[in-house]
Amino acid sequence: MAEKLTAEQVSQLEDRARAVRRSIVSMVTEANSGHPGGSLSAADILVTLYFAEMKVDPKNPNDPDRDRFVLCKGHAAPVLYATLAEKGYLPHEELLTLRKIDSRLQGHPSMKDLPGIDMSTGSLGQGLSAANGMALASRLDARSNRIFALLGDGELEEGMVWEAAMFAGHYKLDNVTAFVDFNGLQIDGPVSEVMSPLPIPEKWRAFGWNVIEIDGHDIQAIYGAIQTAKTVKGQPTVIVAHTVKGKGVCQMENVADWHGKAPTKEECQLFLGELDD
Amino acid sequence: MGKATREAYGDALRDIGAEMKDIVVLDADLSKSTKTNVFAKAHPDRFFNVGIAEQNLMGTAAGLAAAGKIPFVSTFAMFAAGRAYEQVRNSICYPKLNVKIAATHAGLTVGEDGASHQAIEDISLMRTIPNMTVIVPADATEARKAVAFAAQYKGPVYLRLGRSSVPDIFGDSYEFEHGKAVELTDGKDLTIIATGIMVAPARKAAEELIEMGISARVLNIHTIKPIDKDAIIKAAKDTGAIVTCEEHSIIGGLGSAVAEVIVESIPVPLERVGVLDTFGESGKPDALLTKYHLTTADIVQAAKRVVGRK
Repeated sequence: MAEKLTAEQVSQLEDRARAVRRSIVSMVTEANSGHPGGSLSAADILVTLYFAEMKVDPKNPNDPDRDRFVLCKGHAAPVLYATLAEKGYLPHEELLTLRKIDSRLQGHPSMKDLPGIDMSTGSLGQGLSAANGMALASRLDARSNRIFALLGDGELEEGMVWEAAMFAGHYKLDNVTAFVDFNGLQIDGPVSEVMSPLPIPEKWRAFGWNVIEIDGHDIQAIYGAIQTAKTVKGQPTVIVAHTVKGKGVCQMENVADWHGKAPTKEECQLFLGELDD
Repeated sequence: MGKATREAYGDALRDIGAEMKDIVVLDADLSKSTKTNVFAKAHPDRFFNVGIAEQNLMGTAAGLAAAGKIPFVSTFAMFAAGRAYEQVRNSICYPKLNVKIAATHAGLTVGEDGASHQAIEDISLMRTIPNMTVIVPADATEARKAVAFAAQYKGPVYLRLGRSSVPDIFGDSYEFEHGKAVELTDGKDLTIIATGIMVAPARKAAEELIEMGISARVLNIHTIKPIDKDAIIKAAKDTGAIVTCEEHSIIGGLGSAVAEVIVESIPVPLERVGVLDTFGESGKPDALLTKYHLTTADIVQAAKRVVGRK
């Protein structure tokens, strides 16, 4: 891929992101539980990764040379499932089995259950360590694949994140690119009020990371940051993505309450209308 | 006196690592104590120190395993099973990743470091996690063979190793059979079931009991999970009474695992020799084993009690 996406590519990715957002709203409504706010905020990042960047093949989900993605903030599982469905890993109808008995779509991602899930996550703070382990394995095997991870901003309150950050900096894991979905809200309220992880970029820099700050809903910017990260040697890169929790649905935007609440059927219809092309 | 099981671990890991190139070893700043430094010296490109960060130790190992490596991770049992419990559960066992946790300095015989470093709950914590295998070698030979088994086995393994030297029990020809109890002596009046460093005193207790006219079968249970139900049920049927011996709390460890088997099939009198729901303290290993009732004499007493209850 080129350094920059064409206007047409951006437009196609925006359509994909809208489709992913519709799926998120539908599946969380059907499950009557789940985490829509932090799923919607990460939709543009996941779509850009899976449709413009990552070397992955739904027909060969265990390819050892594939790029890998770890959803550290595992509660945003709906955005991952919806993106994987768009990509062809699972049928769209199956999205409506989210969180139901016998479903492959567990409340938090389970790699044993669904092909395309590279790591089981959900308990916050653990994903980046796993991404580092994958990156280390790639280095040992001289593979050129890249490892991507997505963390929440509230998740940065977990001490283990900084153990992992220190490790990636120390071992200069330049094949790791982490995103922070900086939507500013966690369950109990604004991250700055609950337990401030701010300033975020300075913290990562202090741990030896290359830091890029972007608008996490600007697909061209997301793509550009990933390309820059690939050129940085001897340092892992973190892309601090400024996002809006609940992005795409007016009533949900910037409302902490939508962290872990399902819309009613009526609300769902309203929200889907807003997400129409 | 033979070698400590941790010494055997370091040597075995170095040798197996020479054959199996997918083995990667991680340690959390205790490589001189856990003996992973022996591997590190031989295979420096496949050894990674994560520093004093046990949660990240487990998480990184999970990622390595997800990408096809066979990580062995070591730290003290206290930190492997205690501090990083949830990482072991959620990042390793839930996705059934191929991580081997070789936890050293288990039990009271850590000695002078005292209660903060004496893991007496780790068997209990580890065996309760689905997909986990729990192995407690009795001597250096068994430890070496258990490491070889763990390297070949697909899935998470918790290997419980000790700091102190232990008497040699097995010869070179000994074959480690996963999930199978090892009968060391046969007897008819009771069965002494022991694990880890308690196997040697259990065997000695059986010898002393003979003098008192009591004939004891001795079983070494190295695999606490999956436990050898058949051998335990057979012991209960054949001998009618059981004593368990472990350097671990009597809550949740070998004694509990054996009790679970017999109460559901063939209830017989049971006495558990182990740490009695209390923390340890600083001291020489032998002094601690005496003070906390983990000696040959304690096993003999328990045997006499249990036979009296038949």
